[in-house]
Amino acid sequence: MAHEWIFIGIILLFGTIFAAVPLVVNTIVAPKKPNVLKNETYECGMETVGDTWIQFKVQYYIFSLVFVIFDVEIVFLFPWAVAYKQLPFFAVVEGVIFIVILAGGLLYAWRKGALDWV
Amino acid sequence: MTASQIFFLLFASATLVAAYLVVTVRNLIHAALWLVASLLGIASIFVLLDASFMATVEIVLYIGAIAILIVFAVMLTRRVMEDVGPQRTNTWWFGAILAILFFASASTLIWLTQWPTLPEGDVGNTVLILGKSLVDPSKYVVPFEIASVLLIVALIGSIAVALPSKQSE
Amino acid sequence: MIGIVIEALIKSALIAFVLLTAFAYLTFAERKIAALMQVRKGPNRVGPWGLLQPAADGIKLIFKEEVMPAGADKVLFFLAPILTMIPAIVIVAVIPLGPDVELFGRTIRLGITDLNVGLLYILAIASVAVYGIVLAGWSSANKYALLGGLRASAQMISYEIALGLSIIGPIMLAGTLSLQGIVQAQQSSTWYVLWQPLGAMIFLIAGLAELNRAPFDMPEAEQELTAGYFTEYSGMKFSLFFMGEYIKMVAVSAIATTLFFGGYLGPFVDKLPWLGILYFAIKTVGFLFLMIWIRLTLPRLRYDQLMAFGWKVLLPLALFNVVITAVVIVFVG
Repeated sequence: MAHEWIFIGIILLFGTIFAAVPLVVNTIVAPKKPNVLKNETYECGMETVGDTWIQFKVQYYIFSLVFVIFDVEIVFLFPWAVAYKQLPFFAVVEGVIFIVILAGGLLYAWRKGALDWV
Repeated sequence: MTASQIFFLLFASATLVAAYLVVTVRNLIHAALWLVASLLGIASIFVLLDASFMATVEIVLYIGAIAILIVFAVMLTRRVMEDVGPQRTNTWWFGAILAILFFASASTLIWLTQWPTLPEGDVGNTVLILGKSLVDPSKYVVPFEIASVLLIVALIGSIAVALPSKQSE
Repeated sequence: MIGIVIEALIKSALIAFVLLTAFAYLTFAERKIAALMQVRKGPNRVGPWGLLQPAADGIKLIFKEEVMPAGADKVLFFLAPILTMIPAIVIVAVIPLGPDVELFGRTIRLGITDLNVGLLYILAIASVAVYGIVLAGWSSANKYALLGGLRASAQMISYEIALGLSIIGPIMLAGTLSLQGIVQAQQSSTWYVLWQPLGAMIFLIAGLAELNRAPFDMPEAEQELTAGYFTEYSGMKFSLFFMGEYIKMVAVSAIATTLFFGGYLGPFVDKLPWLGILYFAIKTVGFLFLMIWIRLTLPRLRYDQLMAFGWKVLLPLALFNVVITAVVIVFVG
């Protein structure tokens, strides 16, 4: 195991403690007087109507689909960018082709209106 | 046992427990979060294997993108909270047999294959090596370019399926 | 082995302490700067010039009652603020604060550590940060919160693409993913902002959107969503969200400094390595001031404008920047 990751593990542990301790202290020292009205859903004074977990617009889903595609692209480009200066010209062209093909995908999504927030 | 063996047992069992909870928990959002926990366990196993690149890619793609997609998909469905139907279908035994068959064949394959092993020690700058071989004509350039075509096919397909048609609005 | 663990513990404690202080005085500075820009006095009662105001706020918040809304998903409601805080702290682990120094007979890195996949690690942690917000919105059983959480997450994933593409420029120039390596590569050339002005700009804009800061603070647009995803939160849980946002501000400023503005580099750093921390802090504070200034100057975007800007302006620009960088490197060498 690489030594660098020990540091990451420990700061992860530390961050968790750092976030949890104030919450625990808060539950100990803060007053606790719940009542029905206080615990009601806050909606600027109105009583909430119907279910909270209603069905959402499909637009959110489409954006995350397009996001997944481009996220994969970025991950492919990272190692290419690291090796970039040591690559022959041919390999550079290949990387640019990779980008251009995906830019075509972006253009398709754009023209189809998948990027419009209606 | 060495420290890394102990950590492996820890992470691997956590991964398995989380994976078990994914399929048994009733609340869909909780199931999606257990999936995230399980993927995190896999990422930490990659760390133990000295595969930092794979570990971070696991987090970026699976936790940061695909699991988010799943969470959104769950939120798009109705009645996430009040699902009380049976958790087993009538054909559960068929799925179980398929799963056992797949597990058996995969594990025999893994067992029988002669895996090339590297000597212990520094493996070098893996990201640089990966970047070079991705665009090396004698290595992975064809899969690399096909990957971009595959991505664009996936993009077009998902838009065609998910985008509501203009007439229906 | 034990030495490494002790070193890691000390460093983590120090970083956590520094981040907490930075958070406290960043909120104070924001209120004070806002007051000065709007020609009023700002906090000035607690201590000299109001300097003890953050401490007073902290003490007040810890004694506040926490309301658990009826119908909330209790476990996730408790977990969401923690999940917002953890990435904010963990992300700073790979940022170098100075060159290596000799201390107690061993070489110590200034900064927690340095991964050879540092930038990918930053992208990974940034992508995990969405969960705290989406869960806060979902577990509150409140319509405003849910809408705010969904908006925030859709916005964050949209700008993450531009963010990821904008840091490819420095990677190509430096040929490494390690942040220490990128800073050292800037020693021999110049600050990358000169080579990557477009990249730096895209990084800053996408970073602001990733933070849900003004002018991209749609998820907490008061007029439509009261407080967005933390509408139902109170007491310490509320302040954890607050802390998360401000610590992430520090982190984004620090990353921008490292990638585009030479990190800890400055005159005499090679002779006096500890000076690096000072340079680093000055540059980071500069970015923080810029963020506060932007918040006080620009009005909020509309949500469809925000999404259109991310996908139709920033993303093509970032792709274009990658291609241009590639071409320039080939011809300039």
